[in-house]
Amino acid sequence: MNSTNHFDVIVLGAGPAGLTAGIYLSRAKLSTLILNQGTVGGQLILTHEIANYPGVELTSGYKLASTMKKQALSFGATIKTVSQNPVIFDEGPVKIVKVGDTEYTANAIILTLGGSPRMLGVKGEIEFKGLGVSYCATCDGEFFSGKEIIVVGGGNSALEEAVSLSKYATKITIVHQFDNFQAFPAYVDEAMSNEKISFVMETEVVEFAGNERLEKVLLHNKKTGTREWLKTDGAFIFIGYQPNTETLKGVVSLNQNGEIIVNSDMETSVSGIFAAGDSIAKRYRQVTTAVGEATVAALASAAKVYEIKKELQLTN
Amino acid sequence: MKLDTNLHHIETANDWKKVLEENENVMICCGRMGPMCIPVYGVMEELEEEYKHIKFADMPFDSPEATVIRNAPEANGFMGLPFTMYYKKGKVVKATSSIQNMDQVRSILDQHLPKSN
Ligand SMILES: Cc1cc2nc3c(=O)[nH]c(=O)nc-3n(C[C@H](O)[C@H](O)[C@H](O)COP(=O)(O)OP(=O)(O)OC[C@H]3O[C@@H](n4cnc5c(N)ncnc54)[C@H](O)[C@@H]3O)c2cc1C
Repeated sequence: MNSTNHFDVIVLGAGPAGLTAGIYLSRAKLSTLILNQGTVGGQLILTHEIANYPGVELTSGYKLASTMKKQALSFGATIKTVSQNPVIFDEGPVKIVKVGDTEYTANAIILTLGGSPRMLGVKGEIEFKGLGVSYCATCDGEFFSGKEIIVVGGGNSALEEAVSLSKYATKITIVHQFDNFQAFPAYVDEAMSNEKISFVMETEVVEFAGNERLEKVLLHNKKTGTREWLKTDGAFIFIGYQPNTETLKGVVSLNQNGEIIVNSDMETSVSGIFAAGDSIAKRYRQVTTAVGEATVAALASAAKVYEIKKELQLTN
Repeated sequence: MKLDTNLHHIETANDWKKVLEENENVMICCGRMGPMCIPVYGVMEELEEEYKHIKFADMPFDSPEATVIRNAPEANGFMGLPFTMYYKKGKVVKATSSIQNMDQVRSILDQHLPKSN
């Protein structure tokens, strides 16, 4: 082990929830470490325009995230970027977070790990990313002008983006794993009435293949069990978001969707471990909800830290 | 035409040429302010401190002058934004299409633009 560092609170994740927790905790003069994987700002930086953050006129998510980061740093929070997954060990009033060889300790932890777009996780997906496989219609749609493509998914994003891609592509095949769509009826109707769009239901993409760029996809029909190659120039994948909680299995209680279960103080099933933002079990995922929950988590964890410090003083 | 990042901005083909002439190791992300590009700028901003021997810059994909990147042979077949180019002594040593995470960028920098060389 290279070093040991103690903080009052360790926050995992530096999206809007993590940065808010950092602002509240460091303003309360609690030593705060924010460990983040990926880009500081989380999904907020992906939002081109934020028009619904109260008190802030139309701005970019990137700018709002930069200001949140600046605020957290100005109050004294430490933000560290990590490339390895932090691993949590619960030792009662002391929590241990290990990142590679480095060990950090704290009296409380706040989990603000957010969510990420779901990938198919099939052969060739990573290899052909940017060479035919895409996750963003507005970014990459124009590269597929005059081409035939598939859209994978059956929710609102998949159907909405398939319609928007019909501006560019000559033929769009929506490949969906179920026999019905999860999207709102209006999106389904719009896609169905678009003559460039056709549907392959109860079918999964199991492989992407090609030479220098994507040329075909292997489709598995779940009903008949048959597999067939479909020639295509591109594949857009919109299969929803997932909480970044893979590493929390066995640490705190998660629901069947992998979301963290919290109480009204944002405390998880483990005393002293709190959670906020998109990774918790909830219905609405917005910047405002994330920062609101993070405020509660920060205040509740601060109260917990003061309690632990007081107890330690009494026993010493 | 300028991107809203904290990176060094390349606006013209002349700027691009100058950056390549003045710096041995260069990483340029050519994109827009969209969800696939912004995370790459973010990664570059975070790595700037650590990889001081590399010049990190952005260039707007929609600028007519960005043909120096858009039409580079190494970007042939690219169908995802951003187009990210890594140069050593003015030559492209690696090019990627679409979003890349911190680990992916770091591994390219360590392999193709290492500190000691
Ligand atoms: C395209 C898009 C547009 C949106 N538009 C809007 C909008 O207009 N208005 C609105 O209110 N909301 C919008 N949202 C939703 C909003 O961005 C999210 O609700 C909000 O960012 C959630 O914040 P968070 O901090 O919980 O999680 P995130 O923003 O996901 O941040 C989590 C952070 O934790 C990091 N992390 C993940 N795993 C680990 C780990 N193991 N260790 C350390 N760090 C980790 C991640 O890399 C990330 O930096 C949009 C989302 C998207 C994707």
